[in-house]
Amino acid sequence: MTTTNYQNIKVRKHYDVVFPIVNAVILILLMFVTLYPVINTVAISFNDGTDALKGGIGLWPRVFSVKSYQSILSDPAVYQAAWISASKTVIITILNLFWTSMLAYTLTRREYVLRKVITTMLVLTMYINAGLIPNYLLITKVLHLNKSYWVYIIPTMFSCFNMIVLRTYIAGLPEALVESARIDGAGDIRIFWQIIFPLCKPVLATVALFVAVGSWNSWFDTHLYNASKTQLHSLQYLLKMKLATTQASANAAKSSVDALSKSTKTTPVTIRCAITVISTVPILVVYPFLQQYFVTGMVLGSVKG
Amino acid sequence: MTNYTQGTARYASPKKKGFFSRLAGQWQLALMSVPIFLYVLLFNYAPMWGWINAFKDYGNRKLVARGITPFNGLDNFKWLFSRPDFFVAIRNTLAMSVINLVFGTVSAIILAVLLNEVRQKTFKKTVQTVTYLPHFLSMVIIVAMAQNIFASNGPVNDLLGLLGIQPVFWLGEGKYFWWLVGLINVWKEVGWGTIIYISAMTSIDPSLYEAASIDGAGRFQRILHVTLPGIKSTFVILLIMNIGHLMEAGFEIQYLLGNGLTAAYSRTIDIFVLEYGTQNMDFGVATAAGIFKSVVAIILLVGANFISKRLGEETLV
Repeated sequence: MTTTNYQNIKVRKHYDVVFPIVNAVILILLMFVTLYPVINTVAISFNDGTDALKGGIGLWPRVFSVKSYQSILSDPAVYQAAWISASKTVIITILNLFWTSMLAYTLTRREYVLRKVITTMLVLTMYINAGLIPNYLLITKVLHLNKSYWVYIIPTMFSCFNMIVLRTYIAGLPEALVESARIDGAGDIRIFWQIIFPLCKPVLATVALFVAVGSWNSWFDTHLYNASKTQLHSLQYLLKMKLATTQASANAAKSSVDALSKSTKTTPVTIRCAITVISTVPILVVYPFLQQYFVTGMVLGSVKG
Repeated sequence: MTNYTQGTARYASPKKKGFFSRLAGQWQLALMSVPIFLYVLLFNYAPMWGWINAFKDYGNRKLVARGITPFNGLDNFKWLFSRPDFFVAIRNTLAMSVINLVFGTVSAIILAVLLNEVRQKTFKKTVQTVTYLPHFLSMVIIVAMAQNIFASNGPVNDLLGLLGIQPVFWLGEGKYFWWLVGLINVWKEVGWGTIIYISAMTSIDPSLYEAASIDGAGRFQRILHVTLPGIKSTFVILLIMNIGHLMEAGFEIQYLLGNGLTAAYSRTIDIFVLEYGTQNMDFGVATAAGIFKSVVAIILLVGANFISKRLGEETLV
């Protein structure tokens, strides 16, 4: 009996040393797998175009070249697209923060008579959607927002998920804040702007991240509404079109390597990777700063509406 | 004090007053919310009027050009269900969303459990930072990366080459498509998916772990009998929500990653709707397909919610 006990303890101790090591190895492997495609893309983007067609580039360029970047950065369409992407991202983020937090505040006020009806109608939109075609018809045939910059801004000024994130956060603030301001004679607009809004900074950062990333990453709105207006193309849409051309050439001939390499020095593969890197950099830059906030936001949003 | 009671009387016990006089007293709240509410009605509810197109005939080009679209009852729906390519689209949608749901959930739970066992704070933080990152990359970027990774002469085939396996044309053969989409989705969302589970794990009472240890439970037994039961209700809620979204296999990845060679496996209902609606300009058929999708989604959501209620689990609505 004593011997088995002893053995058990020994096994367990042995196991408690092994598990953290195995666990750490698994997690390090996972990080490697997560980062590999990103680093691989950067490596290809800095590689010589013709050489890249041979494949086999891993984490470091084989024949270093900045030709792809030179060719992209000499293209005015890229600057125009970057401007469109950046400006719409900033405008949408500001508008969203403004509308969403304001609405979220009113929906935390228990005495507000329209609270129930507005909340229900908003939460329902997360489950029921009119669908692609009715929305398309509304925007193109009724509002005539297509072929204009406004189609990026107007339909995306508000998000119900972000409203719930903010509402949950505001509901968690002490009620006394609002009550005491009210005794001092402040109306709801002043209470919101001077007391609640400044207190929401951390969660506003979360929402800003969600909105900004969503706007920066969107390409389908351009595809659907602004494809014919080249000066309104976003950076993601530019990349999407490059994808389509490489896809088409891959379809045309699997062994088109020779043909491609003869025709041009900088091939679509390296160009594509360079645009990928350029359109990813802004996200990589803001990501570490906002990282501390988004977990809170995600948890707040998961509280059921 | 009198001030206080007066203040609350105005706001908190307005039962005696009528709806409109209460609303008038809350004009500031109304000013802050009604414009946005109207905006939501316009962009989320007004388009539902467009559902009427599902019962109209867009087939006759000459009539459509003159703005005449006669009602044709359920003809669009009948036509849809006579189309083999619509059933292929349904099959592809369900196949990919089930693959995404199963592998996405399982991988997120496994990673959450592994992270939960890490005692070293910095290491845990690093893993989280790295694995959350792909969630923020656009599908266009991810497909661009996937095209490199799964290229005929890309890293995956190089790795297989080391094991003596012939290169595989990953992106050009339909039979791989669903699994590639599943794999890419796991890669993109596994870290992000852990957030909710980890937050559920932190709310587990630590004394449960102590009690289990005293009872002689090893690490695996503690995971099995304390951690996993602790995240069960979170799991059920997420499952219900995801079942409601089973008709949404994602659209971007199939649209961007699919090509002529894989079309039979990459075409989802959304792509079907897009092609019929914006390329063929047959709004009738496209809207009908969209309605079919919504109706099935609502049935799935209500059904999952009902079963969950019967089993005595958490419910969504």
